[in-house]
Amino acid sequence: MITEALVLSAILFVIGTFGVLVRRNAMIMFLCIELQLNAVNLSFVAFSRLFGIEGQIFVFFVMTVAAAEAAVGLAIIISIFRHYETVNVDSFNLLKW
Amino acid sequence: MSGVLLSLAALVQGSSEAANEAGHFEPFLPGLIVLLPLLGFIANGYLSLRHARVSADSVRSGSEFDLSDASSRPSTHTLPTWIGPGVMGAAFLITLVNFSRMLGVHLEEAVVVHYWTWIATGTFSVEAALQLDQLSIIMMMVITGVGTLIHVFSVGYMKDDPGYPRYFAYLNLFVFFMLVLVMGSSYALMFVGWEGVGLCSYLLIGYWFSDREKADAGKKAFIVNRIGDVGFLVAMFLLFKNFGSVDFISIFHDADTLIYGGGLVTAITLFFFIGAIGKSAQIPLYVWLPDAMAGPTPVSALIHAATMVTAGVYLVARSSVLFALAPFSSAIVAGVGVLTALFAATIALKQNDIKKVLAYSTVSQLGYMFLGVGVGAYAAGVFHLMTHAFFKALLFLGSGAVIHSMHEAYHATHSHEDAQDMRNMGGLHRPMRITCITMWIATLAIAGIWPFAGFFSKDEIIWYAGAWAGAEGAPYPQLYTVYWMLALVAALLTAFYMTRMMVMTFHGKNRTGEKEQGHLHEAPPVMWIPLAVLALLSVFGGWINVPEALSSGWAGLGGLLPMSEWLHHWLEPITAQAHRVQEVNLGKYSYYAPFGGGEALWAAISTILAGTVVFLTVQIVRRQEILAVKDDATDLSGFSKILFNKYYVDELYDRVIVQPILRISRFCWRVIDAGIIDGAVNAVGWGSKGAGWLVSMFQTGSINTYAFILTVGVLFVLGASLF
Repeated sequence: MITEALVLSAILFVIGTFGVLVRRNAMIMFLCIELQLNAVNLSFVAFSRLFGIEGQIFVFFVMTVAAAEAAVGLAIIISIFRHYETVNVDSFNLLKW
Repeated sequence: MSGVLLSLAALVQGSSEAANEAGHFEPFLPGLIVLLPLLGFIANGYLSLRHARVSADSVRSGSEFDLSDASSRPSTHTLPTWIGPGVMGAAFLITLVNFSRMLGVHLEEAVVVHYWTWIATGTFSVEAALQLDQLSIIMMMVITGVGTLIHVFSVGYMKDDPGYPRYFAYLNLFVFFMLVLVMGSSYALMFVGWEGVGLCSYLLIGYWFSDREKADAGKKAFIVNRIGDVGFLVAMFLLFKNFGSVDFISIFHDADTLIYGGGLVTAITLFFFIGAIGKSAQIPLYVWLPDAMAGPTPVSALIHAATMVTAGVYLVARSSVLFALAPFSSAIVAGVGVLTALFAATIALKQNDIKKVLAYSTVSQLGYMFLGVGVGAYAAGVFHLMTHAFFKALLFLGSGAVIHSMHEAYHATHSHEDAQDMRNMGGLHRPMRITCITMWIATLAIAGIWPFAGFFSKDEIIWYAGAWAGAEGAPYPQLYTVYWMLALVAALLTAFYMTRMMVMTFHGKNRTGEKEQGHLHEAPPVMWIPLAVLALLSVFGGWINVPEALSSGWAGLGGLLPMSEWLHHWLEPITAQAHRVQEVNLGKYSYYAPFGGGEALWAAISTILAGTVVFLTVQIVRRQEILAVKDDATDLSGFSKILFNKYYVDELYDRVIVQPILRISRFCWRVIDAGIIDGAVNAVGWGSKGAGWLVSMFQTGSINTYAFILTVGVLFVLGASLF
């Protein structure tokens, strides 16, 4: 049972990672990050069967941080869209110097 | 004012055991002698700074304040005029008080006045303490006495100079350090004064520092003196290493433990002598003194004739015990002295600058003093130091009066002739009668004509050089015979070049110029009165130490001069230990010169010879046709050309020492410093800059790149930790 859960988690994580790497739409990249986080949550829950309740508690923390991150991230994406009228990450390279 | 000073000094005072025993020496008195010139320096220095600020302000605000304007002069000159010579006069009076008390209580031991502990480390301590004894009081009398006269003379000589307060500040500071030098109770304190007078000498030679040549002369004096100072320091370290102290009293007390003629005492004395060579301008370090004539003439009189340059002689006389224990060093001292005396005298034969003649003459006379202290006649060396201070200060001040007059004459007619060149003088005895007479007295004194001061002092030195050659068991007797003969020759040369200088300056036809002649004038009283006082001293100064063999004979007027060997006896507490060492190891002096005859005979011969030379020189030089500088096209040839160019010693030093050092320095600068050291530093800078530029290529600003690199990095770390 646990093996299946971990394999699913790994598959979801890799899909999320590739999504972040290959997609150019900031919105999609953002969703892919959420996918990665939830893949991790899945393995936490799966491991909590073996090692105790702490894994499930950790999931709540991850979800809290993800919610905060979603709020900030979406705000950034919206303000970028307002400025450039696009959310294609190739059209801006502000993250330097 | 002085009451405040006294109570101040009394506060600083420490205890003085020796003084309490003698009961006559208040501890603050010696301190006050030193303190007064220092206060003069502070006051004049403050005035000088304030004066500089005032003139800078007025320049900025564009007011009509002109430094050469006669109406502005008194306001800046009044205070220094009174403070500068005033503190000197006061110091001289206090010195006289101390001297008269010392006359009363024959001191067997020096009075040491402790003020505070200057250096205290472990077993070694140096006291800030002043020492009053028979030697230091003589030096103090010369410094403050002649110094006061020169300060007074300066009031007239420097009256048109815009830096007047600064001049007196430096002069007072010099006297302060000179007094520390002679009054310090240890070699360490003596060294403080030694360096201080060097500093003041530098400041005063380069007094007109906006003239590049004069500033360079100051630097030359300073650097050449540093070479000698290394010797002084090494000698002091050796003393400390062996005695654990640099205190005069304790070192001389322990000096009996040294082996006569041993390596240690020879090394110590030779290193001390290196210091003396630098300070007292002896071969091979004499080259700075002629250049030092760039300073104002009263400075040449005070520092470069009467006091500072004799510090080396004082050092040897002070260390007489050590030098008596080292016959080899003493032979070197006497040899360097007599060679310098002869060498400088030959150069002086051909100089045309009046101050240059006097400068080489000073070098030559200092050589005599070293001959004296080198043959163990320490009292004779100090005696010549004293009489030389009188007549050489007089000669320099007299030449200052002449230059002053010449300068004003040329200034009045706006011509740019050389005011110091004797070829432009001649016939000055008419407008400058007093200067002429006083300078003739000094010339007869330095030439060694009886009964002037120089006769007694120089004759005694030459006599002792001969007597040493005949001392029982004396080392190197033939060498001393040679010294004795060279000293006689140099004495005759002295008579010649001094008379030549006098005749060229004061007699014959005037060559100053048609228009300028009318402007030549006698010096004002503030300048000629010091000359007159010094002239009296140059006549009578020698009578305090008439040799015993002469005092009852012709030279002492059959016993009319009462002070037979007074200075000799006066200095006995200082020299007794050295003379004991000499007597134990060498035996008594002989009373006959190497070629027979007693002291009276040789004194008569030398004074008759000197008189003949003076007479003949007057005849010869008067008949010579001397041309003014602008008409003079004489080409020198042969030996006189070599003499005129001072044996090319400056050129030789330049070629052999200065240029190689410059080349090495330039190599160090261009190749080692700019090339290797700066290169390495710059390479590190360029390297990090380049690396930064390279790495900045990865910072594209594109999120995708960052995400990709991040992923690769995580994979790499995971892979590394897994496998």
